[in-house]
Amino acid sequence: MGGISNEIWQPIRLTIELAALTTAILLIVGTPIAWWLARSKASWKEAVAAVVALPLVLPPTVLGFYLLVVLGPDGPGGALAGLWGGRTLAFTFEGLVFGSVIYSMPFVVQPIRNAFDAIGDRPLEVAATLRASPTRAFWTVAIPLARPGFLAGAVLGFAHTVGEFGIVLMIGGNIPGKTKVLSVAIFDFVETSQWREANILAAGMAAFAFVVILTMMLLEKRTARINR
Amino acid sequence: MRDVSRNIHAEFRGVLGRFTLDASFTVPATGITGLFGPSGCGKSTVLRCIAGLQQLPGSTFSIDGDVWQDGPLFRRPHQRPIGYVFQEASLFAHLSVQANLLYGAPRDAAHARSSIEFDEVVELLGLAALLERSPRHLSGGERQRVAIGRALLSQPKLLLMDEPLSALDRLTKDEILPFLERLHARLSLPVIYVSHDMAEIERLADHLVLMRAGKVLAAGPLTTLQSDPSLPLAASRDAAVNFEGTVESYDPSYSLLTLRIDGGRLLVPSPPAASGERRRLRIAAGDVSLAREHPHNTSILNVLPARIVSRTALGASEILVVLALGEDGAGAKLLARVTRRSWDHLQLAEGLDVIAQVKGVALAPGRNAGMHASSPGLRGR
Repeated sequence: MGGISNEIWQPIRLTIELAALTTAILLIVGTPIAWWLARSKASWKEAVAAVVALPLVLPPTVLGFYLLVVLGPDGPGGALAGLWGGRTLAFTFEGLVFGSVIYSMPFVVQPIRNAFDAIGDRPLEVAATLRASPTRAFWTVAIPLARPGFLAGAVLGFAHTVGEFGIVLMIGGNIPGKTKVLSVAIFDFVETSQWREANILAAGMAAFAFVVILTMMLLEKRTARINR
Repeated sequence: MRDVSRNIHAEFRGVLGRFTLDASFTVPATGITGLFGPSGCGKSTVLRCIAGLQQLPGSTFSIDGDVWQDGPLFRRPHQRPIGYVFQEASLFAHLSVQANLLYGAPRDAAHARSSIEFDEVVELLGLAALLERSPRHLSGGERQRVAIGRALLSQPKLLLMDEPLSALDRLTKDEILPFLERLHARLSLPVIYVSHDMAEIERLADHLVLMRAGKVLAAGPLTTLQSDPSLPLAASRDAAVNFEGTVESYDPSYSLLTLRIDGGRLLVPSPPAASGERRRLRIAAGDVSLAREHPHNTSILNVLPARIVSRTALGASEILVVLALGEDGAGAKLLARVTRRSWDHLQLAEGLDVIAQVKGVALAPGRNAGMHASSPGLRGR
């Protein structure tokens, strides 16, 4: 292991921390959004769905620019940072988490919404006729039946957070131990001609991506079988 | 106003898309009430309204004087003591059969000795071997049995069944019908049973609500509606009436059962049955012919005196005759379909005393008959 320096381990640790925290927050925040999108009969819900999906098509620099405005000293993020004596949320780990939650949101919300959609009304109606309150039906029927959607959302959200580059560069910069995540580190190594280090990280990412895609495909197969 | 205390009283009105529902009926809150009509007449919508799964403003529903919907009052589905069996079993795929059965069962100690007990339901529906299985590995009939058991174990005061057999093939239907008949005999639970299959209604229902195009044509005891010539049932090709018969005796040398019905006695080929047992009989209009005098030499077993109550023309060549059994014409109603030629030839008329010759009586399998015996359904002549 002697050959792999702290220079490599630090961004890996930081990336995993960022992705895990982001995924956890997204599962908590994204589930009610996905539930509302799947169950609401409001005519404007697709507009909300479109806003959630925006990061899929926006150039990362556009999103990064707006996040910078929001997180910066003159935005709400700056005011928030003022509470604990900071000046800005930009170029901090917290800011990076906030940005990641925004840009990974569609990758978590969409699979969960699809899973809720696939369940349909019937199991919830059945639960209601068995005296289950809407809350109990949600926890004991909707959530367990949507499990493949939650797994897919978690895996995709995690993977997408690990892989993002453009937005990180815009709002996080390149501060070792605080905002220097894997994708930025690889860029850095290449810039400074550290090909060996870049190679290790890039190969690791490729392997990781392969595992993610494979997991997703297996999950999808499972979902199809459950909803048969 | 009728006394609503021991009744189910329903009034559902509203527009659903292009469909207008205006259905109101009052039936006793006992036994099985069949909700019968062609597909798309609003039967299932009525059932969903009763469950509270659909809300039509301005509607009313009460059972045993307990109001579930009236004006602004609307109890949500989970606050209504119902059991609901859907057309597709709709079992929870993530739970075992046992967990499905217990999902709606009350947990608190007060209900520990509940009126419908787990072991009883498992025995009644033959579920013992399935408990640990996943719903995915059950046959269609097994799934529907679990769904019925699950609904029963939620301790409902009213069981709603929405065409529970229509998604099943003929053989599986015949496998489940005896379970429903057993249920009917063993549990004193009012049931509303939606179906578009008259054969199911004839085997199960005590009361009938006839629906057509969002409206209730008639509601009342099954036999009353069956023998009402103004309703479409009596005019249909397979018109029939049902009777409740009591076993009087059994003749083992000919395997014949003697049953007493209101206004007469019937001899029916059957496996042995204990006297006093109640059995459901069905006599089709096409199996009844009329004579002016008692025939002396005939192979027909059942020859009953009756009085002609009414006649209704069925097309150009046939006549539907409503008969009342007994010398005095005070017994149960019976339908006969005769040709117009025979009617004229025999000089039949309303009020006339005649002899009804019954060529075939179908006997529902005994309620205590073996559950797993391959049941041929209503036994033919």
